[in-house]
Amino acid sequence: MADTIGAELAEQATRALEDAAGVAVLRSVEDGAFPAGAWGAVEALGLGAALVPEDRGGAGLGFLDIVPVLEALGRAGAPVPLAEGIGAAALLAAAGIEAPEGVLSFAAAGKPVPWGRHAAHVALVDGARVALYPAAALRWTQGGNTAREARDVAEVSGAPIAEGTLPNAWGAEAAMLVTALLRSAQIAGAMQAALALAVDHANTRKQFGRPIGRFQAVQQQLAVFAAETSAVSVAAAAAARAADRRGLAGAGFEIGCAKVTAGEAAAKGAAIAHQVLAAMGITEEHSLHHLTRRLWSWREEGGTERFWSARLGALVQAEAGPLWTFITDRDEEPAA
Amino acid sequence: MTGLRFDLRDPPPGAAALRAEVRTFIAEHEHRWTPEVRARSWMGFDRDFTRAVGAKGWIGMCWPKQYGGAARSFLDRNIVLEEMLAAGAPVGAHWIGDRQSGPLILRLGTEAQRQKFLPKITTGEFAFCIGLSEPDSGSDLASLRTRADRVDGSWKLNGRKIWTTFGHLCDWMIALVRTSPALEGGSKHQGLSQVLVDLKAPGVTIRPIRDLVGEKGFNEITFDDVMLPEDALVGQEGAGWAQATSELAFERSGPDRYMSSHPLLEAGIAALRDDPAAAATLGRQVARLWTLRSMSTAVAGMLQEGEDPLRQAALVKDLGNDFEQGLPDRMRDVIDTDAMPEEMRRMHAYLTQIVPTFSLRGGTREIMRGIIARELGLR
Repeated sequence: MADTIGAELAEQATRALEDAAGVAVLRSVEDGAFPAGAWGAVEALGLGAALVPEDRGGAGLGFLDIVPVLEALGRAGAPVPLAEGIGAAALLAAAGIEAPEGVLSFAAAGKPVPWGRHAAHVALVDGARVALYPAAALRWTQGGNTAREARDVAEVSGAPIAEGTLPNAWGAEAAMLVTALLRSAQIAGAMQAALALAVDHANTRKQFGRPIGRFQAVQQQLAVFAAETSAVSVAAAAAARAADRRGLAGAGFEIGCAKVTAGEAAAKGAAIAHQVLAAMGITEEHSLHHLTRRLWSWREEGGTERFWSARLGALVQAEAGPLWTFITDRDEEPAA
Repeated sequence: MTGLRFDLRDPPPGAAALRAEVRTFIAEHEHRWTPEVRARSWMGFDRDFTRAVGAKGWIGMCWPKQYGGAARSFLDRNIVLEEMLAAGAPVGAHWIGDRQSGPLILRLGTEAQRQKFLPKITTGEFAFCIGLSEPDSGSDLASLRTRADRVDGSWKLNGRKIWTTFGHLCDWMIALVRTSPALEGGSKHQGLSQVLVDLKAPGVTIRPIRDLVGEKGFNEITFDDVMLPEDALVGQEGAGWAQATSELAFERSGPDRYMSSHPLLEAGIAALRDDPAAAATLGRQVARLWTLRSMSTAVAGMLQEGEDPLRQAALVKDLGNDFEQGLPDRMRDVIDTDAMPEEMRRMHAYLTQIVPTFSLRGGTREIMRGIIARELGLR
């Protein structure tokens, strides 16, 4: 968005990811390797402590500031555990725990840990309790999502090296809410990249003597793709802003709306991308699937469309007054 | 894709107070609105209500005070629009004047035109309609054939406009007409101009066209040697195409492009409060509404900043039309029509028939997507 800090950081992240990560890195990550080179380049930017307050040694940024970074990460197919590190450090700081060095991830208790097998430390969040474990102290069952991203289940077998409680503003669902926000913004980025691939293909692939992008049927589909992509980007930013202002726990409605929008849009966008790229987009060789398989996978994390829409619906059903009053009451007046 | 940037906006200072004031005002009037009136939304024409809105200073509220405006911001105006649409208020008698005709006259009209028209739009005395489509010119608007020829210091108007909403109830039309022939091999966008037409002038014949609901909403308007004064021209002669399209961001991004069915959603939630099986479907609509509102407000903010977010407006209109158009069927997904409370059932019946117009009026879905495709570099 227009936010200058965010845009600047996103530009740095984009450059680092372009230099150090590409399709080859995504392939090796999906084969189980750790992208040490790319991670080194991204880690050097110091973004891990982006959301940690300044008085705790962090950058003191807000969720809205990092949305452009997360979009940049999504555009690259999230080849490094940056989002997980940012989220984990934020949760630890909120619970009064200093984030350790090295690869860091987090998960709600019982949920698979993204990048778990590669993490040095993991924050497991059970309601408002945050517990920090060295990864080596946990018993791991390796797993993966549809995108073949590591999603490993951790079994706790000892005491954590640090423990703390999240303040009320973060609430008892903080791990899910942070995940939903991170994935919504990443979905926006992955859609931007998939859209760019589809547009490029439509402008170069010729059939019937002209680029297929000259056909209105193709143009109209790509326009839908672009509109859905913009919707996710706006929704993720608006939800992040709500989280900055009211705290995560107070922004459950906005985060849920963003995640539903992102999940629905991800499905539409991935379908259109594959339709436009046709058989080539289905091949292992083409880079599209690294994005579309992530779009499908990220829909599942931090609450699905089904989960969030049922909750949002129940929320507005329980309101005594009109939906419109509920929505507008959540508007924020700028500080005088 | 740089043309598809959206910047989030905060509500303007005093937003909550303004919102509360509009709600109090609506509460004084809404007992008179039938379910059909609410379902018509900004296609409901009620001159008395419009005069009452005007008395509150909510028509032309961004215009300078010297022309009857209130010099408020575009974001303030957005709040009034949202509240009117949320309630299904019959705002049709001033909607076009407030949204398009007035801003056009303010921006490009002569001082005399501003003084003549703007104050009377703000009081509700002058209702405006738009003369764009013709029997043979719809999406290909520049192919229009209605002509205004210069004759002894006047304009002589001949031709025909169609699908003119409320033409039979309005006082004035701003019509896009040809004032000089398209040059051979040149662009057909040249030679078009915008003119003010007094709909009570001799030679104007207005024939209402019944719509599929059975109502007289739109019209065919024939001009037969209608004599217009020289100062009927708005803006520059021959610049009509650019003038008309420059207003499109204002026309296409507002809450009227996603809230046209809003009263039905409210009725659905109220009717289904105790039905857990309806929650997910309702929740999806709520999420979409919230996202569209964030996008539309972002565009309103960009307009306030003096930007020209034409492409964003097309994009919001396309997404918004899909949403408002789909609501009647989404309600059917969770409740049978014969089980709907009467008020909801009547709104549902009306909207089911009328929602196809949502992706036609103000530029079709195909035209919107064409604009986005051009931004993507596909055209």
